[in-house]
Amino acid sequence: MSSLTMRPCGDFRTSYKQDNTIFETKTIKNIAIITIALLCSAPYLVDAYYLTLFIQISYLGIAALGLNILVGYTGQISLGHGAFFGFGAFASAWMNISFGIPVVFCIPLAGFLTMGVGMVFGLPASRIKGLYLAIATLAAQFILEDFFARADWFSGGSAGSSADPINLFGFAFDTDESFFYIALFALVFMYIWGCNLMRSREGRAFIAVRDHYLSAEIMGIKLNKYRLLSFGVSSFYAGIGGALYAHYLGYVSAEGFTLFMSIQFLAMIIIGGLGSIKGTLMGVVFMVFLPEALEGGVGLMKMTEWGNIPMVVDGLAYIKEMAIGLVIILFLIFEPEGMAHRWGQIKNYWKFYPFSY
Amino acid sequence: MTASILNIEQISLAFGGVKALTDVSFSVKQGSVFSIIGPNGAGKTSMLNCISGRYRPNSGKIIFDGKDVTHLRPNDRADLGMGRTFQNLALFAHMSVLDNIMVGRHHLLKNNWLTGPLYWASGAQKEELAHRRKVEEVIDFLEISHIRKSIAGTLSYGLRKRVELARAMALNPKLILLDEPMAGMNLEEKEDMARYILDLNEEFGITVVMIEHDMGVVMDISHEVMVLDFGKKLISGLPEEVMADPYVKRAYLGLEEEADVKLEEVS
Repeated sequence: MSSLTMRPCGDFRTSYKQDNTIFETKTIKNIAIITIALLCSAPYLVDAYYLTLFIQISYLGIAALGLNILVGYTGQISLGHGAFFGFGAFASAWMNISFGIPVVFCIPLAGFLTMGVGMVFGLPASRIKGLYLAIATLAAQFILEDFFARADWFSGGSAGSSADPINLFGFAFDTDESFFYIALFALVFMYIWGCNLMRSREGRAFIAVRDHYLSAEIMGIKLNKYRLLSFGVSSFYAGIGGALYAHYLGYVSAEGFTLFMSIQFLAMIIIGGLGSIKGTLMGVVFMVFLPEALEGGVGLMKMTEWGNIPMVVDGLAYIKEMAIGLVIILFLIFEPEGMAHRWGQIKNYWKFYPFSY
Repeated sequence: MTASILNIEQISLAFGGVKALTDVSFSVKQGSVFSIIGPNGAGKTSMLNCISGRYRPNSGKIIFDGKDVTHLRPNDRADLGMGRTFQNLALFAHMSVLDNIMVGRHHLLKNNWLTGPLYWASGAQKEELAHRRKVEEVIDFLEISHIRKSIAGTLSYGLRKRVELARAMALNPKLILLDEPMAGMNLEEKEDMARYILDLNEEFGITVVMIEHDMGVVMDISHEVMVLDFGKKLISGLPEEVMADPYVKRAYLGLEEEADVKLEEVS
C-alpha cells in the first residue's frame, strides 16, 4: 500500500504530538540516543585517526545538510557551496582576530554572515532556475574564490589566516579528543535544527515551492522569499560547517575552497539522497570513508606479491579521484534516489521477511 | 438581497493579438454557488486565473470582499481568504496528504525559520498541533482520513481532486474557485464531489465559483450560471433562464437543426 509506514504493528498513536515525532518509533529514538552516548565515549576507545574522520564527517555533514535543504528540498541548484563553506571559515577567523570576539560566538556569527552573503548571491535565484541558476552560482564560486585570494584584510590573502581553537571557560579544545565533542554537539544540534525546520511551516513551504510553485503561490507562499530564504539557510549551514573546519585545523588558506569542493558536496547529497536528512549524513559518511576504504584496499594489495606493482601504488591518488567519479555514476544509474531510499527498501524487505508481500 | 463578495468590473485580457477576455463583468453573491460555463477556449480558466492572480488583466477591476485586489499577488489573495483548485492536478506530489493540507494553513501560521527549528521552546510545536486539529476537521469533512499519510502523487485521480479541495479549504477561505472539479470522474465520484461542494457551501458558508462542463451538475447545484463564449459574456442568471436562452443553446449545446444539417452534409 502507498500508506505503508515502517511502524511495527501494534504501535498505535493516540495524539497528534506522537504523530509528529522526528523518530518514527521509540526503538529508533533509543538507538539514536545510544549511538550518541557510545560516540561520547569514542575518544577513550578508538584511535585518534578515526576521531579526525568523524570530525571531518561532522563539519562536512553540516554543510551538506544545508546544500540538501537548497537542492533537495527547495529544488534550486548551487555550484557555490564550497565557496560559502570557505567564507564561513574565513569569517569566523576574521571576527575572532580582528574584533576579539570569543570563538564560541564567532561560529554562529559566521553562519549569519555567510547567510547574508549567500542571500546576496541568491538574489538571482528568485528569478531564474535550472541551468541558468547553476551558472549564476558558479559566478558566486569564482567571485568568492577571487575575494579570498585578494582581500588581505579579511582572509590574509595568499598567506591564509590562522584561527584560534575554541576556548570555553579557560579550556581550549585544541586536541582531536576534545574537539570531537564540539563536533558531535554541533552535528547533533544542526541536524535536529534541520529536522525541526523541515517539519514546521518553512520546511513545508520549501517543499511546496519545489513540487509545484504555481499552486504554492496560490496557497499564500511568497515564492521569491522562500527561494531566497532557502539560499540563506543553506549558506548558514555552510558557514557553520566552515567555521568549525577553521577552528579545528587552526589555519585557513584559500586553496581548499574550489569548485571541486562544491561538486563534492553535490555528490554527497546525490549519493545520500536528495530531500532526505538522514540520507545527507549517509552520503557524507560514504564520501569520507570511500577514500579510506580505497587506501585500505591498496594497502592489502601491497601485501600480496602480484599487487605490489609500483605503477598501481603510484597511481593511487588518481585511482581515488576516479573512484569517486565512478561511484557517482553508478549511483545515478542504479540508485538515483540515493542511499536513504535503498535503506528504506532494505528495511521494507526485512519487515516482511520471509514473505515478500 | 445579500451583498456580493466578488465584483468583476469590465475585465479584459489579451495575449498579444489574442483576446482571451473582453469586457467581462459580473458579481458573485455572498454564500452562493456560481458556475461559469462555455465551450473550450471561451476564457473560463483565464477568468479564474485573473481572479486568483495568476494573470493580470489588461483593464478592469476585481473587487474581492470590498477590496480592490486587481494588482495583488496570488499569495496575498490567500491571506484575504481566496482558495482555488486547478484543472490539471497541482498537488505537491512528493508530500504526504497531511502535509499538502498543512501547506494550506501556511498563511495562518506564524513561525519563521528561526523559531520553527526551536520547536519545543518557541511554541512552534503547539502551533503545529493546533493547526493539525483544524486540518483533521477538513480531512474528516472530505472523508479522506484513510489516506492522510499517503504520498499525494501515488493517489488515484478522484482522490487527488478531493485532496486538492481539502487543501483549498484549509486556507479558511471565504471564496473558493474550482476549476473543473469533476472532470474525468465517474458518476459516483461526481456525485460525491457535488455533495462536498454543496456541503462546504452550506455548512461553512464558503462562496463557490466553479467552472464545470457537466451540465447536469451545473444545473443542479448552482445558484447562478454565467456563459462565456470567445471571451465575452453571453448571459448570466438562474440556471433555468440560462438554459432557456436560444443563443446559449447554439453556442454551447448546439442547436438540433444544426446537428441535422451536419448529418445531411455527411450523408
